[in-house]
Amino acid sequence: MRLKLVPDETNWDFFAWRKFTFGLSVVAMIVAVLAWVVFGLNFGIDFLGGTTIRTESAQAVDVGDYRAAIAPLGLGDVSITEVFDPTFAEGRHVGQVRIQAQGDAEAVTPETIAAVEEALRTVDPTITFPSVESVGPKVSGELVTTAFLAVGASLVAILFYIWLRFEWQFSVGAVVALFHDVILTIGVFALLQIRFDLAVIAALLTIIGYSINDTVVIFDRLRENLIKYKKSPLVDVMNRSVNETLSRTLMTSGTTLIALLALLVLGGDVIRGFVFAIFWGVIVGTYSSVYVAKNVVLWLGVNRDPKKPSDAGTQFADLDA
Amino acid sequence: MIDLALWKRLAILFVCLVGLALALPNAFYSRAERHNDAMTAIERGAVTTPEMAEDIAAWPEFLPSGVVNLGLDLRGGAHLLAEVQLADVYESRIDAYWPEVRDTLRDLRDTVGTIRRQNGPGDALSVRISEPAGLQAAVDAVRGLSRPITSLSGVGQQDIEVSGSGDTLTVRLSEAERAAIDERTLAQSLEIIRRRVDEAGTREPTIQRQGGDRILIQVPGIGSAQELKELIGTTAKLTFHPVRGETRDPNAPVSADQILLPDIDDPERFYILERTPVVSGDDLVDAQPGFDQNGSPSVTFRFNPAGARIFAIYTAENVGSPFAVVLDDQVVTAPNIREAITGGSGQITGNFSVEEANRQAILLRAGALPAAMTFLEERTIGPELGQDSIDAGQTASLVAMAAVVVFMIASYGLFGVFATVALGINVALIFGILSMIGGTLTLPGIAGIVLTIGMAVDANVLVFERIREELKTARGPARAISLGYERALSAIVDANITTFIIATILFMLGSGPVRGFAVTLGVGIMTSVFTSIFVTRLLIIIWFERRRPKQIEV
Repeated sequence: MRLKLVPDETNWDFFAWRKFTFGLSVVAMIVAVLAWVVFGLNFGIDFLGGTTIRTESAQAVDVGDYRAAIAPLGLGDVSITEVFDPTFAEGRHVGQVRIQAQGDAEAVTPETIAAVEEALRTVDPTITFPSVESVGPKVSGELVTTAFLAVGASLVAILFYIWLRFEWQFSVGAVVALFHDVILTIGVFALLQIRFDLAVIAALLTIIGYSINDTVVIFDRLRENLIKYKKSPLVDVMNRSVNETLSRTLMTSGTTLIALLALLVLGGDVIRGFVFAIFWGVIVGTYSSVYVAKNVVLWLGVNRDPKKPSDAGTQFADLDA
Repeated sequence: MIDLALWKRLAILFVCLVGLALALPNAFYSRAERHNDAMTAIERGAVTTPEMAEDIAAWPEFLPSGVVNLGLDLRGGAHLLAEVQLADVYESRIDAYWPEVRDTLRDLRDTVGTIRRQNGPGDALSVRISEPAGLQAAVDAVRGLSRPITSLSGVGQQDIEVSGSGDTLTVRLSEAERAAIDERTLAQSLEIIRRRVDEAGTREPTIQRQGGDRILIQVPGIGSAQELKELIGTTAKLTFHPVRGETRDPNAPVSADQILLPDIDDPERFYILERTPVVSGDDLVDAQPGFDQNGSPSVTFRFNPAGARIFAIYTAENVGSPFAVVLDDQVVTAPNIREAITGGSGQITGNFSVEEANRQAILLRAGALPAAMTFLEERTIGPELGQDSIDAGQTASLVAMAAVVVFMIASYGLFGVFATVALGINVALIFGILSMIGGTLTLPGIAGIVLTIGMAVDANVLVFERIREELKTARGPARAISLGYERALSAIVDANITTFIIATILFMLGSGPVRGFAVTLGVGIMTSVFTSIFVTRLLIIIWFERRRPKQIEV
């Protein structure tokens, strides 16, 4: 007996609801952008500058006491959170203190950090500080630029590669899908107010990498089938291609998600945000490969006869009806 | 039909075995690491102790012993990103021109009249002359002082640019000279930081230049970023200045070619010094802690020949006048010159404790940092947190692997077993390659490996699914297998090249942990393509040749 995620022969019509699914994606993207604008991102110190101090103690973290202890130092916006993790042993309490960048100081001064640590020790003498990180505003500004550059450069590189290997309609479809994935991931981070730091940017790029992987596999099959079934309408060829690769799509997403799930639960709180971003991205990326990338290609049309000049958009205009 | 030439089979086998051998030390991390540490110590000329011999014996000589470096987030330690204040260097460089400019213009007193140094931006030297008509002559004369640049990029260019307008003559450093200074200062700073960190004897520090004016310093195993900063020191800059006066007024007016510096022991006492030092720490060749004739701790120093000559001339000409020893912008002592000091060595006595004298000597010996540094980024990660992350990462990876294996075998049966073997080899190859290229494993890097575990099966899945399809139409299982590999190839290549592009971009733009992630992702892509295209195929072919099944089920 074999485990089969999908039956051997499927002939599901993925594009019957294409207006609905594409509409859904558009709505989701709008919601994501709204969340981004309204709630903003919970930027980590990588992007904002400032200091985070991780605390660990046998005693429970009392956010109020911590805050009261630090308040007299007049450090402006201080956020204190308790960190929970299933991997923590009984009686292990971890907290996170975040101090905003102080004026235009390059990095938070060691005196400030020492003062904060001293203040916290008066609340809880057993407290230890497993990690202290400070980033000056100058560096954080550059990190933001670099991050945007990295995401942008990836999209352009992909656009170019797919155009080279396939056709421009495919590369537009792929990049729109990637854009969709990135926006939705940023949206989730805004909605859930998960800390958004440099590692999350790395995750975004990984999502781009994963999603494109998925998209390319289906495109590859589409290219093959376009030659095989010259007479069928584009939408049918696409449906066939998606159906044929469906089993693989779900297998790969399945194994990747299983592996990531293990990391999400057992990998510790330090990289949870990072893993969560990738986990979410894999789901969105799988969806977008079928419902965004293909839809875009469908709407743009494909020039199936190389001898005829491409008049994309009109050749298959009837398909949109 | 499926077939694979013998040499190809051997090549695949060979790569796998080499990969496994390279990865092996990582399975016995602490043993291999002890072995390596002992070997490095002996190479550096340490005497072999019985403990070291034991450490060396802990790992067999004939096996590769390289292990994957653990990043700071896994091992714990301190990370600093320092910015070198190049503007300070420009300033002191242009300042050093003042005596020459002054002397040159004095020689032209008839045409330019009296001269006066103006306060202005630090990186320019402005001189006002009382006879504006002589400006052109002054500019030409000062231009004559410029020297050609000796660096590779600045060939044929001069080090200063002289301009004049109205009654003011301005001397600036040329672009090429600035570039040369940047290069030299960074190289010197790197070297000095490296020496100081090495003197503390920590393992595998990373000291790297980043961009135009930054230095990244990562030292595993050190207690905190603060400790690291103290170790590097900020400047320890030693200079000798002629003394022009003494005051207790911190705001005493001084002319543009003078500076006011506090006394190191008495903060209310200030010295008025000539801005341009006679000799600086750059000319220092040695510094040792010691005791003066009264038995109080002191620091003895020695100059190089150039420094010794200047020092001798200056002291001979100025017997009886005071001169100041300045350490990090504080006057340590300002004795009167009793006689010409011709031997090129001297002694600083202040109110030092023995430890202070010792520390100062180390700082002076290691060489002054050519410029002050500000720290843009500081991170301290405790070793316990790192260990927690390793443990969590390990558990998660094992669970992830087990889950993927179960899933694959449940889906593809025997072919799933082949994929599992390939997956094991894949992970070993990743570690092997990382050990070989001296890659660093970071926490996101572990995530990268887990992600690769998930995605590595992708190429296999592509092939297996394709074989399934081909089985429906092709004649016989052998043909189906062969077609499956052939036809899945283009999808595998395209999919992995695009992911590889992303890994490359991450590597180029990322830093620290992110870069570690990019490396594992990139290496993982290469190894997974290799294992799924070649290793599983080899396994399937060997199995197929032995069994010759009439029918296969994938």
